[in-house]
Amino acid sequence: MILTDLTLAQARAGLRDRQFSAVELTDAFLAAIAEVNPRLNAFITVTGEAARAQAAAADAALAAGDTRALTGIPLAIKDLFCTKGVRTTAGSKILAPFVPPYESTVTANLLRDGAVFLGKVNMDEFAMGSSNMTSAFGPVTNPWTRAGDNRALVPGGSSGGSAAAVAARLALGATATDTGGSIRQPASFCGIAGIKPTYGRCSRWGVVAFASSLDHPGPLARTVEDCAILLGSMSGFDPKDSTSANLKVPDFAAACRRGVKGLRIGVPREYRMDGMAPEIEAIWQQGLAWLRAEGAEIVDVSLPHTKYGLATYYIVAPAEASSNLARYDGVRFGARTNGADLIELYENTRAEGFGAEVKRRILIGTYVLSAGYYDAYYLKAQKVRALILKDFNDVFQQVDALLTPTAPSAAFAQGEKMDDPVTMYLNDVFTVPANMAGVPGLSVPAGLDSQGLPLGLQVLGRSFDEETVFAVGAAIERAAGFTALPGIRAGG
Amino acid sequence: MAYSIEGRTGAWEVVIGLEVHAQVISKAKLFSGAAATFGAEANAQVSFVDAAFPGMLPVLNEECVAQAVRTGLGLNAQINLVSRFDRKNYFYADLPQGYQISQYEHPIVGKGVVEIELADGSTRQIGVTRLHLEQDAGKSLHDQHPTKSFIDLNRSGVGLMEIVSEPDLRSPEETGAYLRKLRAILRYLGTCDGNMEEGSMRADVNVSVRKAGEAYRTRCEVKNVNSVRFVMQAVEAEAARQVEVWESGGEVVQETRLFDPARGETRPMRSKEDAHDYRYFPDPDLLPLVLDADWVEQLRAALPELPDEKRARFMRDFGLSGYDASVLVAERATADFFEAVAAGQDAKLAANWVTVELFAVLNKRGLSIENSPVSAVALGQMLDLMANGTINGRIAKDVFEAMVDSGDLPAVIVERKGLRQVTDTGAIDAACAAVLSANPDKVAEYRSGKDKMFGFFVGQVMKAMAGKGNPALVNEALKKLLSA
Repeated sequence: MILTDLTLAQARAGLRDRQFSAVELTDAFLAAIAEVNPRLNAFITVTGEAARAQAAAADAALAAGDTRALTGIPLAIKDLFCTKGVRTTAGSKILAPFVPPYESTVTANLLRDGAVFLGKVNMDEFAMGSSNMTSAFGPVTNPWTRAGDNRALVPGGSSGGSAAAVAARLALGATATDTGGSIRQPASFCGIAGIKPTYGRCSRWGVVAFASSLDHPGPLARTVEDCAILLGSMSGFDPKDSTSANLKVPDFAAACRRGVKGLRIGVPREYRMDGMAPEIEAIWQQGLAWLRAEGAEIVDVSLPHTKYGLATYYIVAPAEASSNLARYDGVRFGARTNGADLIELYENTRAEGFGAEVKRRILIGTYVLSAGYYDAYYLKAQKVRALILKDFNDVFQQVDALLTPTAPSAAFAQGEKMDDPVTMYLNDVFTVPANMAGVPGLSVPAGLDSQGLPLGLQVLGRSFDEETVFAVGAAIERAAGFTALPGIRAGG
Repeated sequence: MAYSIEGRTGAWEVVIGLEVHAQVISKAKLFSGAAATFGAEANAQVSFVDAAFPGMLPVLNEECVAQAVRTGLGLNAQINLVSRFDRKNYFYADLPQGYQISQYEHPIVGKGVVEIELADGSTRQIGVTRLHLEQDAGKSLHDQHPTKSFIDLNRSGVGLMEIVSEPDLRSPEETGAYLRKLRAILRYLGTCDGNMEEGSMRADVNVSVRKAGEAYRTRCEVKNVNSVRFVMQAVEAEAARQVEVWESGGEVVQETRLFDPARGETRPMRSKEDAHDYRYFPDPDLLPLVLDADWVEQLRAALPELPDEKRARFMRDFGLSGYDASVLVAERATADFFEAVAAGQDAKLAANWVTVELFAVLNKRGLSIENSPVSAVALGQMLDLMANGTINGRIAKDVFEAMVDSGDLPAVIVERKGLRQVTDTGAIDAACAAVLSANPDKVAEYRSGKDKMFGFFVGQVMKAMAGKGNPALVNEALKKLLSA
């Protein structure tokens, strides 16, 4: 048995049956990281010693019969989640020296449930990017390559390290965040599953903020059920986050077994864009066919304001980011570059500490909030955002879930799409509307394109109805029977 | 007579509006659990939220909201059941987040009114535009090191109420009266301690001048003035400066200024050109603040009696003059003290003792009423002794003085010093007869029509009796002897 090949659910069963110990499991992943990570650059920080200690504690708990949802399960943590005593960089030079004295609510929930943390994984700087090319700690390489082409591909972003680590079997699952598609697009690019839950389901406390009203913590894992198990632990009301929802956490894993018989699945016509790649269209039709075969009813629907989603997103997200990132001023924590006076200290610290994409978004955000431009940009964007939300509310009167492609293409090569930021921003065209509306969205691997790269399908659902989203996602997963493996992986 | 400044070109009216920052009385800060008390060691009351560490989020302190609502109710103001928090973005070393959480477009309290009383007994209604909640910044210390500035974040995140008045004030006197009245209301409500020296109440003073009948001219804002006296002085100095600018052919430019109390003048702080663009937008970390109407009504029902109501009651129930009533209600502790003294007594006499004799002692010793050396109970007992004839008014002053010095109860002092009033007519008759026989010339003058001499005889008799003679009996005895 190759431990790193197990799914999270299988590993959990193996630990409970004492087929192997938590220390053995953790050691297998640490060995895999040592072997494979140099080729991927998925991890920024590996916490091997702490992981072994946590695994030993998990073994003791298992022996004592104290079995929790994730006891002994090795995970990778996106470097946007503050971890007590462990450096948390947000993929930025400006936080390179930052060691938080506190644990984010989501990672604290995972630790409460017995998880083992292998380390902190790479990401686009401050979660701004769709390729993991903007990290101050270097790009992450996608474990997949095109058939007959060894060029390094991007894993997607911003949770590129999380997705690459899970796809290459360097962890059983990973935490991630999704502000415009940063969970779903990397999941699609790396051939794994990932869910952005409803806004308010997972606490944002202790997660370095990009755009507060759009940031959603969530899990990445190899299967839909594994995502459900992880989300169950990550979720829950947090009085420290004023936008956290005070709702009971359902049994997401059970929902994966529900099936889709009788469900109404919407196909939003606005997602069928001009010039859409035929392979994307084909996998979408395939997904609909699978659901129909399982007893779902397919319904054409309209989300008329979809076409404004991306433009609106690139006003709201930078606006919030420009304010959220003001605290990185070199005064209290993180990197500082001195200057002759306070203004120079700010200028030098921020000029050196932030990368180009972060600076671009701070400038855009500052601009759209400026006197004289606020009404035309930010206020108008908020109005459009309300219409996008209304689109979803209306359509969910007619259907139980929506099925769309996750991304307009498969993974692209490092260096591609880098010339024009707008081309890069188009990666998020299918994922952004769910962030604007706060509704849950899951990406599930559905097949390979002609070059052998994975393609994902996206399931969108009603707010706080992740259960239906899991049911639909699991049905596609069963029908797709996706068993392809990336070229770069542990034991591969 | 309306206040005006006489310039070379005629009379100028002064237009004043105040923005008062009042620190909310609460255990914790507006959006964090850190303590909000004054005087702790630097940076001892700072949470990770106050220091704006990555991933930290604000959580609204419900008690601060209740305090703002109470204050709004005390200002007879509209309570907005839906309000919102916005971010005001600017960089400064003592502003850790890089923005202040404030309420810009939708404040928690809307229009209200404050009634002020002026020295001539007249009253005026001053409009309140709004009250909103916001975070205080930290403090920069520039005098601790030759090349470095130190930052104290204890104040960072403490809740403030910004109370904005309409430009309804027309003189330094009105401005002072408004500020004192506002302070009294806040202190009655227990929503701000009004301590301007410690900075828990600060005023930004907006001043402009105009000729009668004109529209408003350009105003200047004098920032962060920290006493009632300085506010009044700042109004005077800034108005005079503006009159001078206009009259010498110049133009007043809108700017922020500072008041220098040592020189009695205002100086520019920053002009409009380098004014910040604060890029206000709704804080996405906080949901709109929605209040329950029933909760607001519960707060309203639990409000204490406020200065205006108390003043009216003192005038109505105790027959006090408007002036005496105003003096007594200015501080809740004084009003409470007075009411305790006046219980079952002649209220006017009680008011007189509190506002004249007691206040004189407190002023001289620099004490507040809470630390009065004479308790309300003791003062009431002294009034009892006067009412039942044990001591007369003149002896009462000696007894009061002894109470102040010793802290003893009045009855103890009267017994110890033998100050009990003499009502024995035999003794009084004897004393009167002795005075008259010692002053035959004065008696002759009196009898020849100089009525005023009567007071002289009373004085001499009281002196002979060490002040203890019952004044009515002494008068009676003297009249009888002189007319014999």
